[in-house]
Amino acid sequence: MSVDAPAMLAAGRRRVTELPRWSARLGWLALLAIAAVLPLLFDATSGFIDDSVVALVYVVMALGLNVMVGFAGLLDLGYVAFFAFGAFTVGWFASPFFGAASIHVLVPHALHQVPGIHLNFLLVLLVAALLCALVSAIIGLPTLRLRGDYIAIVTLAFGEIIRVFAVNGSTIHIAHNALLTNGRQGITPLDQVKLPFLAPFTELDLRPWYWLALALVVVALFVVVRLRDSRLGRAWVAVREDEVAAVSMGVPLVRTKLLAYAVGGAMGGVSGAVLASYLNTVNADQFAFSFSIFVLAMVILGGMGSVAGVVFGAILVSFINNRLIPDVFAHLPSKLGLDFSLTDLGFGIFGFLLVFVMILRPEGLVPEKRHRLELAEGVASETTGAERR
Amino acid sequence: MSSVSETAVPRERPLGRLTRRVAVLRRGGFVAVLVALPVVYGIRDLETTGSLSRLGENLLQGVSNGLVWALIALGYTLVYGIIGLINFAHGDVFTIGSFTTVGLIGTLGLTLATGPLGLVAGLLLTLLISMLTCGTLNVMIERVGYRPLRGAPKLAPLITAIGFSFILQNVALLWLGGLPVSLPDLIHAQEVVTTVFGIPIERADLLAVGTAVPLVVLFTVFVARSRLGQAMRATAQDAQAARLMGINVDTTISLAFLLGGMMAGAAGLIYALYQTTVWYFQGFQAGLIAFTAAVLGGIGSVKGALAGGIIIGVIQQISDNRIGLQWTPAVVFAYLVLVITLRPQGLFGVEGREAG
Repeated sequence: MSVDAPAMLAAGRRRVTELPRWSARLGWLALLAIAAVLPLLFDATSGFIDDSVVALVYVVMALGLNVMVGFAGLLDLGYVAFFAFGAFTVGWFASPFFGAASIHVLVPHALHQVPGIHLNFLLVLLVAALLCALVSAIIGLPTLRLRGDYIAIVTLAFGEIIRVFAVNGSTIHIAHNALLTNGRQGITPLDQVKLPFLAPFTELDLRPWYWLALALVVVALFVVVRLRDSRLGRAWVAVREDEVAAVSMGVPLVRTKLLAYAVGGAMGGVSGAVLASYLNTVNADQFAFSFSIFVLAMVILGGMGSVAGVVFGAILVSFINNRLIPDVFAHLPSKLGLDFSLTDLGFGIFGFLLVFVMILRPEGLVPEKRHRLELAEGVASETTGAERR
Repeated sequence: MSSVSETAVPRERPLGRLTRRVAVLRRGGFVAVLVALPVVYGIRDLETTGSLSRLGENLLQGVSNGLVWALIALGYTLVYGIIGLINFAHGDVFTIGSFTTVGLIGTLGLTLATGPLGLVAGLLLTLLISMLTCGTLNVMIERVGYRPLRGAPKLAPLITAIGFSFILQNVALLWLGGLPVSLPDLIHAQEVVTTVFGIPIERADLLAVGTAVPLVVLFTVFVARSRLGQAMRATAQDAQAARLMGINVDTTISLAFLLGGMMAGAAGLIYALYQTTVWYFQGFQAGLIAFTAAVLGGIGSVKGALAGGIIIGVIQQISDNRIGLQWTPAVVFAYLVLVITLRPQGLFGVEGREAG
């Protein structure tokens, strides 16, 4: 079966030329307004807001991974690296961790008494974004010549190397009296976040966290959608679909791929920094390989390449992880007379979800048009993997 | 084993001086990377103690460790050679092999008090069952998870493989719990049998060599000589042509998974008896080490898997012993990145196969 070329062309053309209808725009605005006032309906420390903050941060992460996996077709199994670097940016530059230093930039006066490096939170986010863009370009460089599955393994290896350094960093002295990380103990506490127009970020009032995360999601959505519809976004899709054809059409391969890594990495870094601040610890055990798969599950479940799908997938997966498994179904095994805790099986459940989605609905729950056509064509044709090499 | 990748980046431009230099650097870098650790520590040993016996000990243990990685790597290389898939769940199939061994040792009642004859018979039975279990498991995974996706974009089966890896890990977690489980040291693994050039040879080394070498020989002969092995190689070379020649491609692929799983099962038994502890998460690192071995040797090549396994076993052993156990994963993964970057086709692979 061949690809329905006219339909694909039509889909592409519509996206470029046709602006979204006003009704659609109003719909999105209304949704945003509802999301913004939602926390006012709940208690300031309620579990709902707690879950929502985490879910919104995951949305940003999943959108970042989607730039690599969904847009550019670069399967990154070491996405946790960017969470790690984002978190360590906070740990290094916004905590008393480097007690020997005393650097304070645009932070409240109370913090001036505390030793260590203390940067304003917005500066921290900026540093996290830049650092992760740089790191992802470095990780991306050796993968440029490689095929998809080798890219996956190399990124996985980098992610694990970074985790090993995070765990053993407490034995590495980078300067007098300064360690690289605090290993499994974690760097804690981190500086209290203070942003203009918002109440202080405390555990007693989670609403500022929610609004910060929501603002990040909006920024991330804007960036991702604009990039997707840009020249760069089309270059990503071209590279994903057929590298040789893309190169011969004049797509600069190195720059296109590295930019996909950099954008995805920067988003991972920013959301990682926010997540670490929210959890108030930078702990080496947070950076396991399974976290990468956790984020990948959001992208796969929602639909690779589909922005709306990925947002939905991230919220769904984090809901499954934070509510469904520990609360709703927690007593299921004991009711069935089985003796185990369902929370232990979290990743087995995500494993099942990955397998089910890939086999039954590889395009995801909210598919992107082009991906759906491609996958439908792929599964229907009677070729084996060997021929598609 | 296969034609040049159809998605290869155009590389037909004439080799300029720079390109040639890069090629030389790559080859030199690859060799340098491989011999770096033994050479550095060999020189250091000679300086401090004047003898190479510690390095020799590392090498020996590296080889017997490496045979385990080689057995697992065979599964990777076979499957990759035929359907071009990194069978991410393979490391966890190996875990299941170890766990089956632990379970059977309990069921058969093998203890330290069992006599030598009973022990050998029991362990042979355990080996057989654990190989069959893992082989069957691998075939079932292929049937459920990969076959429906044959022909889909390459990343699709890779993702189901990751899914299965997590599922198997959780099965193992439910089976024996989240903590490492130790089993009786049935073979007295640490007991020194004899000493050659001042290097003690332990019973564990003999077990590894005595189990792995016959299996590898049988495996190689099967792939090289038998009709089914021939069918397997034909399918690896060109599945469409193989089908036209009357080869049942699906059966052949299943057979590859069966053989790979059986080798992983054997590796699981050796590992369990050798280390005397098993852990539900052991397959993650073992799988990646074995995959590194397969890539190092040249994925798709049987002798490559063997050579790669032994080399990576030595590197891992030296790193364990000299740099520190906690750094070994980073060392091995650094090797993985370096090998894939410098020489993606590995030692015995075909040029242009993996890059691009």
